[in-house]
Amino acid sequence: MKLPLLAIGRERLELEPLVAAVQGDADGAIATFLGLVRNHNLGRGVHHLEYEAYAPLAVKAFERIAREVADRWSDTSLALHHRVGRLEVGEASIAIAAASPHRANAFAACRYAIERVKQIAPIWKHEFFDGGDVWIEGATADPDDERARSEAERVACA
Amino acid sequence: MRVTVKLFARLRDIAGADELTRDIPAGATIASVWRELASEFPALSEYERSISTAVNLDYARMNTEVRDGDEIAFLPPVSGG
Repeated sequence: MKLPLLAIGRERLELEPLVAAVQGDADGAIATFLGLVRNHNLGRGVHHLEYEAYAPLAVKAFERIAREVADRWSDTSLALHHRVGRLEVGEASIAIAAASPHRANAFAACRYAIERVKQIAPIWKHEFFDGGDVWIEGATADPDDERARSEAERVACA
Repeated sequence: MRVTVKLFARLRDIAGADELTRDIPAGATIASVWRELASEFPALSEYERSISTAVNLDYARMNTEVRDGDEIAFLPPVSGG
Protein backbone atom coordinates (compact mmCIF):
# COMPACT_ATOMS: atom_id res chain seq x y z
CA MET A 1 0.00 0.00 0.00
CA LYS A 2 1.26 3.44 -0.87
CA LEU A 3 2.09 5.64 2.12
CA PRO A 4 -0.26 8.65 2.36
CA LEU A 5 1.72 11.89 2.20
CA LEU A 6 -0.52 13.55 4.78
CA ALA A 7 -1.82 11.61 7.74
CA ILE A 8 -2.81 11.64 11.39
CA GLY A 9 -2.84 8.51 13.53
CA ARG A 10 -1.76 6.71 16.64
CA GLU A 11 1.22 4.80 15.26
CA ARG A 12 4.85 5.65 16.03
CA LEU A 13 6.35 8.07 13.51
CA GLU A 14 9.38 7.37 11.38
CA LEU A 15 11.13 9.65 8.95
CA GLU A 16 12.45 7.12 6.44
CA PRO A 17 9.06 6.24 4.89
CA LEU A 18 8.27 9.94 4.51
CA VAL A 19 11.64 10.58 2.89
CA ALA A 20 11.06 7.71 0.47
CA ALA A 21 7.57 9.01 -0.31
CA VAL A 22 8.67 12.51 -1.32
CA GLN A 23 11.95 11.69 -3.07
CA GLY A 24 12.07 12.01 -6.85
CA ASP A 25 14.91 11.76 -9.33
CA ALA A 26 14.91 15.54 -9.86
CA ASP A 27 15.41 16.21 -6.15
CA GLY A 28 18.78 17.26 -4.83
CA ALA A 29 17.71 17.87 -1.24
CA ILE A 30 15.30 16.62 1.37
CA ALA A 31 14.82 18.54 4.61
CA THR A 32 13.17 16.72 7.50
CA PHE A 33 11.70 17.73 10.83
CA LEU A 34 10.80 15.66 13.88
CA GLY A 35 8.91 17.26 16.74
CA LEU A 36 9.63 15.51 20.04
CA VAL A 37 8.07 15.34 23.49
CA ARG A 38 10.56 17.03 25.80
CA ASN A 39 10.86 16.49 29.53
CA HIS A 40 10.21 20.11 30.52
CA ASN A 41 7.94 23.02 29.63
CA LEU A 42 7.64 26.46 31.25
CA GLY A 43 9.79 25.31 34.15
CA ARG A 44 7.68 22.21 34.78
CA GLY A 45 8.95 18.64 34.62
CA VAL A 46 6.84 17.00 31.89
CA HIS A 47 5.90 13.36 32.37
CA HIS A 48 4.02 12.70 29.13
CA LEU A 49 1.68 14.34 26.62
CA GLU A 50 -1.67 13.29 25.24
CA TYR A 51 -2.44 14.65 21.79
CA GLU A 52 -6.01 15.02 20.62
CA ALA A 53 -7.19 16.05 17.16
CA TYR A 54 -10.27 16.72 15.12
CA ALA A 55 -8.77 14.24 12.71
CA PRO A 56 -10.74 14.76 9.49
CA LEU A 57 -10.37 18.55 9.75
CA ALA A 58 -6.70 18.13 10.63
CA VAL A 59 -6.07 16.19 7.42
CA LYS A 60 -7.86 18.95 5.51
CA ALA A 61 -5.61 21.49 7.23
CA PHE A 62 -2.56 19.45 6.18
CA GLU A 63 -3.90 19.43 2.60
CA ARG A 64 -4.24 23.19 2.73
CA ILE A 65 -0.67 23.51 4.02
CA ALA A 66 0.59 21.25 1.22
CA ARG A 67 -1.24 23.42 -1.34
CA GLU A 68 0.27 26.57 0.16
CA VAL A 69 3.73 24.98 -0.01
CA ALA A 70 3.17 23.99 -3.65
CA ASP A 71 1.97 27.51 -4.48
CA ARG A 72 4.98 29.15 -2.83
CA TRP A 73 7.73 26.65 -3.70
CA SER A 74 6.44 24.92 -6.81
CA ASP A 75 9.36 22.50 -7.13
CA THR A 76 8.85 20.94 -3.69
CA SER A 77 6.91 17.92 -2.49
CA LEU A 78 5.80 17.49 1.10
CA ALA A 79 4.93 14.65 3.47
CA LEU A 80 3.54 15.34 6.94
CA HIS A 81 2.37 12.89 9.59
CA HIS A 82 1.10 13.83 13.05
CA ARG A 83 0.63 11.42 15.92
CA VAL A 84 -2.19 11.48 18.50
CA GLY A 85 -2.76 9.63 21.76
CA ARG A 86 -0.35 9.24 24.65
CA LEU A 87 3.29 10.10 23.87
CA GLU A 88 6.17 9.60 26.24
CA VAL A 89 9.23 11.85 26.58
CA GLY A 90 11.48 11.40 23.55
CA GLU A 91 8.75 10.19 21.21
CA ALA A 92 7.96 12.05 17.98
CA SER A 93 4.66 13.88 17.66
CA ILE A 94 5.17 15.14 14.10
CA ALA A 95 7.34 14.14 11.17
CA ILE A 96 7.80 16.24 8.05
CA ALA A 97 9.83 15.70 4.88
CA ALA A 98 10.19 18.25 2.09
CA ALA A 99 11.98 17.45 -1.16
CA SER A 100 13.24 19.91 -3.75
CA PRO A 101 15.88 20.12 -6.47
CA HIS A 102 17.71 22.61 -4.19
CA ARG A 103 18.28 22.83 -0.45
CA ALA A 104 16.95 26.35 0.09
CA ASN A 105 13.42 25.42 -0.95
CA ALA A 106 13.53 22.10 0.91
CA PHE A 107 14.46 23.83 4.17
CA ALA A 108 11.94 26.63 3.64
CA ALA A 109 9.05 24.30 2.79
CA CYS A 110 9.79 22.11 5.81
CA ARG A 111 9.96 25.05 8.21
CA TYR A 112 6.85 26.64 6.70
CA ALA A 113 4.90 23.41 7.14
CA ILE A 114 5.63 23.08 10.86
CA GLU A 115 4.87 26.76 11.47
CA ARG A 116 1.51 26.40 9.70
CA VAL A 117 0.64 23.21 11.58
CA LYS A 118 1.09 25.13 14.81
CA GLN A 119 -1.15 27.91 13.48
CA ILE A 120 -4.08 26.10 11.87
CA ALA A 121 -4.16 22.33 12.54
CA PRO A 122 -6.99 21.38 14.95
CA ILE A 123 -4.71 19.44 17.31
CA TRP A 124 -4.19 19.93 21.03
CA LYS A 125 -1.62 18.76 23.52
CA HIS A 126 -2.60 17.86 27.06
CA GLU A 127 0.50 18.14 29.22
CA PHE A 128 0.93 15.91 32.27
CA PHE A 129 3.60 17.34 34.52
CA ASP A 130 4.82 16.70 38.04
CA GLY A 131 1.81 17.60 40.16
CA GLY A 132 -0.85 18.29 37.58
CA ASP A 133 -2.00 18.56 34.00
CA VAL A 134 -2.95 21.35 31.63
CA TRP A 135 -4.27 21.78 28.10
CA ILE A 136 -1.76 23.78 26.09
CA GLU A 137 -3.48 26.54 24.12
CA GLY A 138 -1.54 28.33 21.43
CA ALA A 139 -2.95 30.05 18.37
CA THR A 140 -6.58 30.71 17.49
CA ALA A 141 -6.84 28.69 14.30
CA ASP A 142 -7.82 30.84 11.32
CA PRO A 143 -6.53 29.55 7.98
CA ASP A 144 -7.59 32.77 6.26
CA ASP A 145 -5.53 34.97 8.57
CA GLU A 146 -3.05 36.28 6.01
CA ARG A 147 -0.95 38.02 8.65
CA ALA A 148 -0.26 34.69 10.37
CA ARG A 149 0.40 32.95 7.05
CA SER A 150 2.89 35.57 5.94
CA GLU A 151 4.63 35.38 9.32
CA ALA A 152 5.10 31.63 8.77
CA GLU A 153 6.56 32.41 5.34
CA ARG A 154 8.85 35.06 6.79
CA VAL A 155 10.18 32.64 9.39
CA ALA A 156 10.61 29.94 6.76
CA CYS A 157 12.68 32.19 4.54
CA ALA A 158 14.73 33.86 7.27
CA MET B 1 -33.68 21.89 13.32
CA ARG B 2 -31.18 19.58 14.94
CA VAL B 3 -27.40 19.96 14.89
CA THR B 4 -24.46 18.04 16.27
CA VAL B 5 -21.91 19.99 18.30
CA LYS B 6 -18.39 18.67 18.68
CA LEU B 7 -16.11 19.94 21.44
CA PHE B 8 -12.39 19.43 21.85
CA ALA B 9 -9.66 19.61 24.48
CA ARG B 10 -10.61 21.83 27.42
CA LEU B 11 -13.99 22.71 25.90
CA ARG B 12 -14.82 19.00 25.99
CA ASP B 13 -13.66 18.76 29.59
CA ILE B 14 -15.85 21.72 30.57
CA ALA B 15 -18.96 20.31 28.92
CA GLY B 16 -18.21 16.76 29.97
CA ALA B 17 -18.97 15.45 26.47
CA ASP B 18 -17.21 15.43 23.12
CA GLU B 19 -20.45 15.49 21.19
CA LEU B 20 -23.85 17.03 21.92
CA THR B 21 -27.07 17.18 19.95
CA ARG B 22 -29.06 20.40 20.12
CA ASP B 23 -32.41 21.52 18.73
CA ILE B 24 -32.14 25.06 17.42
CA PRO B 25 -34.55 27.56 15.87
CA ALA B 26 -34.55 28.40 12.17
CA GLY B 27 -32.13 31.21 11.37
CA ALA B 28 -29.70 30.25 14.13
CA THR B 29 -26.05 31.05 13.58
CA ILE B 30 -22.92 29.43 14.94
CA ALA B 31 -22.68 32.37 17.34
CA SER B 32 -26.17 31.73 18.71
CA VAL B 33 -25.42 28.02 19.15
CA TRP B 34 -22.25 29.00 21.04
CA ARG B 35 -24.15 31.46 23.27
CA GLU B 36 -26.66 28.75 24.19
CA LEU B 37 -23.81 26.39 25.08
CA ALA B 38 -22.03 29.07 27.09
CA SER B 39 -25.17 29.72 29.14
CA GLU B 40 -25.44 25.99 29.77
CA PHE B 41 -21.72 25.68 30.64
CA PRO B 42 -20.63 29.12 31.93
CA ALA B 43 -16.94 28.18 32.03
CA LEU B 44 -17.00 28.15 28.21
CA SER B 45 -17.47 31.94 28.22
CA GLU B 46 -13.77 32.62 28.70
CA TYR B 47 -13.23 31.15 25.21
CA GLU B 48 -15.62 33.59 23.52
CA ARG B 49 -12.80 35.53 21.83
CA SER B 50 -10.35 32.72 21.20
CA ILE B 51 -12.37 29.84 19.71
CA SER B 52 -12.43 28.82 16.09
CA THR B 53 -15.36 27.04 14.55
CA ALA B 54 -15.92 24.60 11.73
CA VAL B 55 -19.10 23.47 10.03
CA ASN B 56 -19.19 20.13 8.24
CA LEU B 57 -15.37 19.92 8.24
CA ASP B 58 -14.67 23.42 6.94
CA TYR B 59 -13.48 26.31 9.05
CA ALA B 60 -16.31 28.82 9.34
CA ARG B 61 -17.15 32.26 10.74
CA MET B 62 -19.33 32.78 13.81
CA ASN B 63 -22.01 34.58 11.76
CA THR B 64 -22.51 31.56 9.48
CA GLU B 65 -26.12 30.43 9.42
CA VAL B 66 -26.66 26.87 10.58
CA ARG B 67 -28.71 24.27 8.71
CA ASP B 68 -30.49 21.16 9.86
CA GLY B 69 -28.08 18.27 10.29
CA ASP B 70 -24.94 20.39 10.42
CA GLU B 71 -21.92 19.24 12.41
CA ILE B 72 -20.59 22.28 14.26
CA ALA B 73 -17.21 22.10 15.95
CA PHE B 74 -15.86 24.53 18.52
CA LEU B 75 -12.08 24.56 18.71
CA PRO B 76 -10.03 26.14 21.49
CA PRO B 77 -6.66 27.63 20.50
CA VAL B 78 -4.62 24.88 18.88
CA SER B 79 -1.30 23.44 20.06
CA GLY B 80 -0.25 20.77 17.57
CA GLY B 81 3.25 20.09 16.38
